[in-house]
Amino acid sequence: MSPDAATAEALLRAPVAEPAGRLRRGWRRVLRRPASAVGGVIVLFFASMALGAPWIATTDPLHTDWAKVRKAPTWANPLGTDDLGRDNLSRVVWGSRISMQAGVFSILLAISVGVPLGLVAGYYRGPLDQVIMRLTDAWLAFPFLILAIGLVTILGPSLTNVTVAIGLGATPTYVRLTRGLVLSTQAEDYVHAAWALGARDLRVMTRHILPNIFSALLVQATVAIPTAIIAEAVLSFLGLGVQPPSPSWGTMLNTAQQFLETAPWMAWWPGLAIFSLALSFNLAGDGLRDLLDPKDY
Amino acid sequence: MFDFLVQRTAISVVTLLVISLIVFTGVRMIPGDPARVMAGTDADAAGLEEIREKYGLKDPVPVQYLRWVGLALRGDLGESIRTRASVTGTVAKKLPITIQLAAFAILIAVGIAIPAGVLAAVRRNTFWDLLASGVSLCGVSVPNFWLGIMLILFFSVRLGWLPASGFVPLWESPLANLQRMLMPAFVLGTALAAVLMRQIRNSMIEVLSADYIRTARAKGLPGRAVVFRHAIRNGLIPVVTILGLQMGALMGGAVVTEQIFVVPGFGRLIVEAVFTRDYPLVQGVVLITASSYVLINLLVDVSYSVLNPRIRIRGATGES
Repeated sequence: MSPDAATAEALLRAPVAEPAGRLRRGWRRVLRRPASAVGGVIVLFFASMALGAPWIATTDPLHTDWAKVRKAPTWANPLGTDDLGRDNLSRVVWGSRISMQAGVFSILLAISVGVPLGLVAGYYRGPLDQVIMRLTDAWLAFPFLILAIGLVTILGPSLTNVTVAIGLGATPTYVRLTRGLVLSTQAEDYVHAAWALGARDLRVMTRHILPNIFSALLVQATVAIPTAIIAEAVLSFLGLGVQPPSPSWGTMLNTAQQFLETAPWMAWWPGLAIFSLALSFNLAGDGLRDLLDPKDY
Repeated sequence: MFDFLVQRTAISVVTLLVISLIVFTGVRMIPGDPARVMAGTDADAAGLEEIREKYGLKDPVPVQYLRWVGLALRGDLGESIRTRASVTGTVAKKLPITIQLAAFAILIAVGIAIPAGVLAAVRRNTFWDLLASGVSLCGVSVPNFWLGIMLILFFSVRLGWLPASGFVPLWESPLANLQRMLMPAFVLGTALAAVLMRQIRNSMIEVLSADYIRTARAKGLPGRAVVFRHAIRNGLIPVVTILGLQMGALMGGAVVTEQIFVVPGFGRLIVEAVFTRDYPLVQGVVLITASSYVLINLLVDVSYSVLNPRIRIRGATGES
């Protein structure tokens, strides 16, 4: 047997991929970045809090108690009460549901609109690309928050509309990112091979390009979610988002601003909640970027 | 070079046209009759008709758009429904306040980010690097309106060192102006400092491993001279890029910061216009913001092409 034939045979016998090995390598990489692992755990904690709010916060977040107006933290109300005697712990727990919903769904909307547009623009180039990119440029010229404010003005203040506004505001980033990734992926040999085998455009886009740019999109999503969470809080703080008495962290801070001297705890907890959720998403995103970075493979 | 300039300017003009279309369409999508909004709730049918005639609201939409663009090009963005003052005049009055706030914020951000980013890169993988990276991550994650509230709580309510809100023009009392601008500028500059710090660290790490730095070290130059005389010049190039890209975020940040600290600037004007449903003002303010962003980016691109010939070659070959 010639050396070439022996090598080919050895290659054929060798396992094609070792998913368990890759998982182990990934896990080792996670352990190398404990801060990212902690970030991921805190994100899961907030997600569980959002899902399990009815069981975790047993007190009704909208229940007013005039005997408990602006009470400092006690055993009965560990985070104190607000200006209407409502339990802050309960409101922070229920607020996580609003923040997670706005953060995750707005980015899902941005992905579902931006990725197909970027894919088509990058794949076909030409006049279609020019039209999509000029629209994207124009959309990007509006500062994110000002665009969101403008859209909420048109749509009206509500959680759904805030989610749509933030999602549409974040869309151009995905159009640009996807287009750039498609342009570089198109030059790869496996895409040329697929074309040579007669694969249709839709198949090349969905089976060969999309899976290979997925990790970059996922990392971008992890980084974008905290921005979306903060944007929801800002819009609610300005009175353009979730409307009182719903327990949004932003509206809670808006109310707290009026009682800084007498009840500062009203401002601590919702702010700390936004900060820790955004920080943990950022930490987890950093870890994910390291984990999925193809340069490491 | 000329081709690049023409091509880049043409793209910006098209972008500005699309922006004007988006703004015009957006404002017309706001529910309600604009004539009713302008006239107020107690206006009769004749009054409404008069307003529709006066502002050309009965003309076909393309005619209304062309008239609006024509007037906007001459600097006439209409008048505020609430105050009856010209939109351009109102913006011209408010904009310098926000520019001053943004300039202070940039100064604070650069003042924090450059030393911290350079230190993190020079002392890579040490306690200082970890500290700078941690602070940077916190800076990106902290909601600036909460940071503002916390600063008011400590420095105004508890310690009484700084006024919690308000604005005094710089020429009236520089000290009072500085006292009132310090906290808002710090709040606005925090996120920018965090982003800058990360970029400077990465860029400095790259520069410090370049051949010319190795040569400088091999020649026996002391570490400080290598960093300050050779590395820092190239390592700080991203500062300009990031500042250009972050102008939008700075404008958005100003909206919230001015709201918390009651600074009567451009950001506060946007929120007031939205709340009072002052549509000509909303339309004008959003158009000015987006157009300035496009023009700033055009200037940044053109200045880059002057500094770096590779960019204009890439631009001329049609790559984007």
